[in-house]
Amino acid sequence: MQNGTQIEYDYSVAKAFTLATILFGIIGMTLGVILAFQLAFPELSNLAGEYGTFSRLRPLHTNAVAFGFTLSGVFAAWYYIGQRVLKVSLKESPFLMGIAKLHFALYFITILLAVVTLFMGYTTSKEYAELEWPLDILVVVWWVLWGVSIFGLIGIRRERTLYISLWYFIATFIAIAMLYLFNNMEVPTALVSGYGSWMHSVSMYAGTNDALVQWWYGHNAVAFVFTTPIIAMIYYFLPKESGQNVYSYKLSILAFWGLMFVYLWAGGHHLIYSTVPDWMQTMGSVMSIVLILPSWGSAINMLLTMKGEWQQLQTNTLIKFMVLASTFYMLSTIEGPIQAIKSVNAIAHFTDWIPGHVHDGVLGWVVFMVMASLFHMVPRMYKREIYSKSLMDTQFWLQTTGIVLYFTSMWIAGITQGMMWRAYDEYGSLVYSFIDTVTVLQPYYTIRAVGGLLYLIGFFMFAYNIYKTIKCGRVLDKEPINTTPVAA
Amino acid sequence: MFHWFEQRPFFFAVLVFVFVAFAGIIEIIPDFAKQSRPTVGTKPYSVLELAGRQVYIKDSCNACHSQLIRPFKSETDRYGMYSLSGEYAYDRPFLWGSKRTGPDLMRVGNYRTTDWHENHMMDPASIVPGTVMPAYPHQFENIADLDTAYAEAYTVKTVFATPYDQDLDGDGKIDVELGDHASAIAKAKADAKLIAADMKNKAVKDAVANGQIPEIVALIAYLNSLK
Repeated sequence: MQNGTQIEYDYSVAKAFTLATILFGIIGMTLGVILAFQLAFPELSNLAGEYGTFSRLRPLHTNAVAFGFTLSGVFAAWYYIGQRVLKVSLKESPFLMGIAKLHFALYFITILLAVVTLFMGYTTSKEYAELEWPLDILVVVWWVLWGVSIFGLIGIRRERTLYISLWYFIATFIAIAMLYLFNNMEVPTALVSGYGSWMHSVSMYAGTNDALVQWWYGHNAVAFVFTTPIIAMIYYFLPKESGQNVYSYKLSILAFWGLMFVYLWAGGHHLIYSTVPDWMQTMGSVMSIVLILPSWGSAINMLLTMKGEWQQLQTNTLIKFMVLASTFYMLSTIEGPIQAIKSVNAIAHFTDWIPGHVHDGVLGWVVFMVMASLFHMVPRMYKREIYSKSLMDTQFWLQTTGIVLYFTSMWIAGITQGMMWRAYDEYGSLVYSFIDTVTVLQPYYTIRAVGGLLYLIGFFMFAYNIYKTIKCGRVLDKEPINTTPVAA
Repeated sequence: MFHWFEQRPFFFAVLVFVFVAFAGIIEIIPDFAKQSRPTVGTKPYSVLELAGRQVYIKDSCNACHSQLIRPFKSETDRYGMYSLSGEYAYDRPFLWGSKRTGPDLMRVGNYRTTDWHENHMMDPASIVPGTVMPAYPHQFENIADLDTAYAEAYTVKTVFATPYDQDLDGDGKIDVELGDHASAIAKAKADAKLIAADMKNKAVKDAVANGQIPEIVALIAYLNSLK
């Protein structure tokens, strides 16, 4: 990928998003650990009045990690990767530079406002679309700014062919734009009636329709925030870090277009045995199984990229992070389709197996890949060596242990509860009252909370390592080509 | 063929859009109108119930409680008749939830009473030992926002033709009255007095008598309406 002349890339916006990633990561994951401990020890839910209850904090956690942490990481990666694969610097266009800075500023303000308003209880209740209408408008504005940034930079590119990572960034931009707009269609009630809170709005859709639009959105917010931009990262950073070519161009085409076509159908698997039409539930179920192909296509393409170079796992901790991320992507994308099979869904739905599934995906795949990307970018943006390898290794094993504790305990909790809900005795009566199926979960909730805590400690190690790298890592005289230099 | 697109960002983006939009068009549009038809007997929420529904949303009850009974014997035995699409015709937003940390509430009005909720919301563990539910004492102090509830009812009536001030069952009487702002608020306060009559908390009773409706009263009105 190297050309003769070096282009001087501008990383000011990428740096800002990098710091935001760490800030929102700490906030979001700390909230997650608090929530986990609240389920294990419910008295913790009443320490801060109405602002400390599990129910008030839960949307804060999901929004902080999805739209605070993950999106910051995605944008940081975009402002780093975009210039490099297009062979053009942001410096060359003051207009695009201004757009990028405005994008960051508005984004940051929105997330801060989101934290405040969700704490206060302003929520639409629709999962991952909780923000009320004034914030929705802000989101749309900076999303459009991001689009201008993507297509603007593409417009002045020197590299004619779009690299695979760009396909995924473009897909992220387009799909989220469509989903977000349709799912957040709402009517502000104060504007119509002249009475009441100006923050309040009412959904354009009612009941079953609302559910359908919501899960068409909700499932694909997962697809296009937690999957496609993360694939964009791994397609750039794994080959770059390992010095290996991507294993197969054909496989990347198949995986990309397959994913685009199939993913949106799978939203219906959130509504199995609900009141949406049966054919839609079946389509959701079937398409979820089909989805294994493009998902594993990407993951296998990444693992085979390492073919013949597996010794790098021993020498390069960053490769370890990325290989584990692809492996968890495979685990998560086989687990999801299994849960989408109707008979499995009958047990799994509404239980802790679902958050278990979400978290092996996000902790193992998304967060690991975002952290690996930051570990790769920071030494190049700040021209410094990573501060500590032993800290990286400790973090890796601590967090891996945390994930395993998390999903194994939630698998057991979910299946236990699902089976207890449907248990009948010999007289044809339900065996367990609901509370029996809650108290039985206490040990698993405790294990999960401990797993989450280990993961959070690992994340603090990561934050510290990045901070020390920026502050006092050994200065690099030239940019490393492949393996990121780490102090022993 | 795909390589051609990879050099033409505009057409690439259009193709991506077609690929991702396709599923939504096929899945969502065909049954959209049919699903929104109300079941016979389903009525819009009163202003007090809507205020309670807003409390339910504000405190994210839906984070832990579903309102969707699946068509299994184990669910109908536990919660009552399975859910029908038309029962949700006036639910904006829908509140099916995605996780049952606590039990389903779709028909909780059939088997729980005002005093049960009053005790339970104040201190869940005293009613259900071993529960993981937080206590919600602030709902006994915070005042429900009837104006916003009226604003919502007025909005759905005007924008979505939700049948307020109409005779739905043909008995010659208006089923759910909305009227203008003053009469709607007066009606909500009268409804609140009926709920407060079954409650024992002195502060709540006094507030309702003075025309201030604590959140808990509105919430109970909403929960009682879930049948």
